[in-house]
Amino acid sequence: MIENDKTPWDINCRCVSKRYGSVQALSSVSFSVRKGELFGLIGPDGAGKTTLFRILSTLMLADEGSAEVNGLHVVKDYVEIRKRIGYMPGRFSLYQDLSVEENLNFFAALFATTVEENYDLIRDIYVQIEPFRKRRAGKLSGGMKQKLALCCALIHRPVVLLLDEPTTGVDVVSRREFWDMLKRLKEQNISILVSTPYMDEARLCDRIALMQSGRILSVETPQHIIEKYSDKLYALRTADMARLICDVQQMDCVESCFAFGEYLHLTFSDDDQAACLVLLDYLKKKGHQDVVCHPIVPSIEDCFIKLMR
Amino acid sequence: MRVILFLLRKEFVQIFRNRMFLPMIFAMPLVQLLVLPLAANYEMKNIVAVVVDHDRSMVSQQLVEKIAASGYFRIHAYPTSFDEAFSLIEGDRGDLILEIPKDFESRLIERGGSSVFIAVNAINGIKASLGGAYLRQILTSFSSELRERQMPVAAFPPLPLIRLKTSVRFNPIMSYRHFMVPGFLVLLVTIISTYMCGLHAVKEKENGSIEQINVSPVKKYQFILGKLIPFWILGVVVFSLGLFVVARWVYGILPVGSLLLLYAYLLLYLVAMLGLGLLVSTYCHTQQQVMFTMFFFMMIFILMSGLFTPIESMPRWAYLIACCSPITYFTEVARMVILKGSDFSHLHIHIGMMSFFALLFNSWAVINYKKTL
Repeated sequence: MIENDKTPWDINCRCVSKRYGSVQALSSVSFSVRKGELFGLIGPDGAGKTTLFRILSTLMLADEGSAEVNGLHVVKDYVEIRKRIGYMPGRFSLYQDLSVEENLNFFAALFATTVEENYDLIRDIYVQIEPFRKRRAGKLSGGMKQKLALCCALIHRPVVLLLDEPTTGVDVVSRREFWDMLKRLKEQNISILVSTPYMDEARLCDRIALMQSGRILSVETPQHIIEKYSDKLYALRTADMARLICDVQQMDCVESCFAFGEYLHLTFSDDDQAACLVLLDYLKKKGHQDVVCHPIVPSIEDCFIKLMR
Repeated sequence: MRVILFLLRKEFVQIFRNRMFLPMIFAMPLVQLLVLPLAANYEMKNIVAVVVDHDRSMVSQQLVEKIAASGYFRIHAYPTSFDEAFSLIEGDRGDLILEIPKDFESRLIERGGSSVFIAVNAINGIKASLGGAYLRQILTSFSSELRERQMPVAAFPPLPLIRLKTSVRFNPIMSYRHFMVPGFLVLLVTIISTYMCGLHAVKEKENGSIEQINVSPVKKYQFILGKLIPFWILGVVVFSLGLFVVARWVYGILPVGSLLLLYAYLLLYLVAMLGLGLLVSTYCHTQQQVMFTMFFFMMIFILMSGLFTPIESMPRWAYLIACCSPITYFTEVARMVILKGSDFSHLHIHIGMMSFFALLFNSWAVINYKKTL
């Protein structure tokens, strides 16, 4: 996983493992985040993303392995790390009974700073929630809550930002806005580690780590991951999708087949062209109508599903 | 120090913003202090007596009238047989039976003595023993009255008699309320401070905000002080309201002893009990768990604190448990200082024990409150 790059790392995980009773939450996870990088952890629920965040934010001790944040050891230098990181847990965890303004002022005070001092950093985000600054945090909408949480995590000008599923449960527009903000923060040279279960957000990261069952499957730039997808991928649809899946799965030449929105994504085990023709012929015999089939460029999700197999 | 101030400001904003909190903190102790001492009373009134009068004479009539006039008894019925009376007791419509024999008056006059029969329903032990005792007292005084009437004083030399002169100290009118009010004050302060502190602390866990605090440079002791101090202050306010408003104006109780000593002990006591609240909250994850755990401790602590029954009359093992309850000590101190005017030199053990509790609960809570969860 160590790459030949002179850039110092802001997050460095080496063989981190964590077990809860009989559940292995993390097994020997290693990865590194460059300074000023927007790094994504992509994986389904239960992949171990939150555990990893809790270890990096010094809230939990790893069973094995070691981790460094901004060059500081998460166990030995936890006091110093807490001053330098901004952590946003997956669950909204600000004070619901305090107003937007009060929350922000409170967290600024805890870090011995003021909102005014770091206003430039949060201005872009804060202006969006400023009209509601007197409203209690518990009464904000989901997207607003996340923006406020991001402001609170940024108010002490952290060097590293740890965001645990910041867009889960947030509407599409707010999600896009949120990622735009992350890009602007990256320009301020803040290193960001962000996790998400949404594959479409993955391509917005500089690099992503695909996680599953406590393991990292691969760490690549989104572009690389797609390029490394070796098989040819086809999209297929007909008038009767429910029957189509059953029929396609019975074909020997089909290696994998998943429903993706209104299409099925297919790969074939051998000669693509020939296999494709065989399939179309077979579907016609089965009485499928409006058959559409064409090769497509794989998405991150396709890559992830392939890696998971 | 600056951080603690910010934490305190946040806690107070949260406390005062909670619509249920303030009424509960102030109305509950005041209302309870108004209701409980008036209701909780060991003096027995309205004991239901069933009189079986086989004699139906002047004297038996006078005896029954005297019993009814005592104020302790209510004569419910005059059945004609004991069995009939007993069925009333069985139906829970009577507490005791007084049976007057047929030749009651004539025996008294002819033989100078007679007997009556008392049967007491002892399901409620206190009611039974007190009712029996009251009735015996009335019978004794009735018989001496009878004797004086029958034998003119001048005719005989006075009988040798020991007269009792009792001086009741510290509670001259033997008011049960004087005894109970200081105890209830302690109880209310305890419930308010300990419960609220525990609940308020665990709320941070429940809504996850403790994570945000934990990743900040706030130190353990700062966070814990931020939780303790607001309820420390509120505890003192509630106690003062109870003492100066309700106890003084409603019950007319003025502390005899030093207020300084009383408040110094209150502060020490609050540190101990708030520590207990925090300790419970470090083991719990939700407010519901805190409620249950606290309820368990409070029931034992309160019932065994000597508030209702004297701890000296408990069995040895129970006495030892009572000695491990902080409430026991403050209940004693409150009564000693408020009613008796005890000073510092009488309270060495109480102060020592409470300091021990304060140290134990708080250091345990600090150790158990892990920043790395």
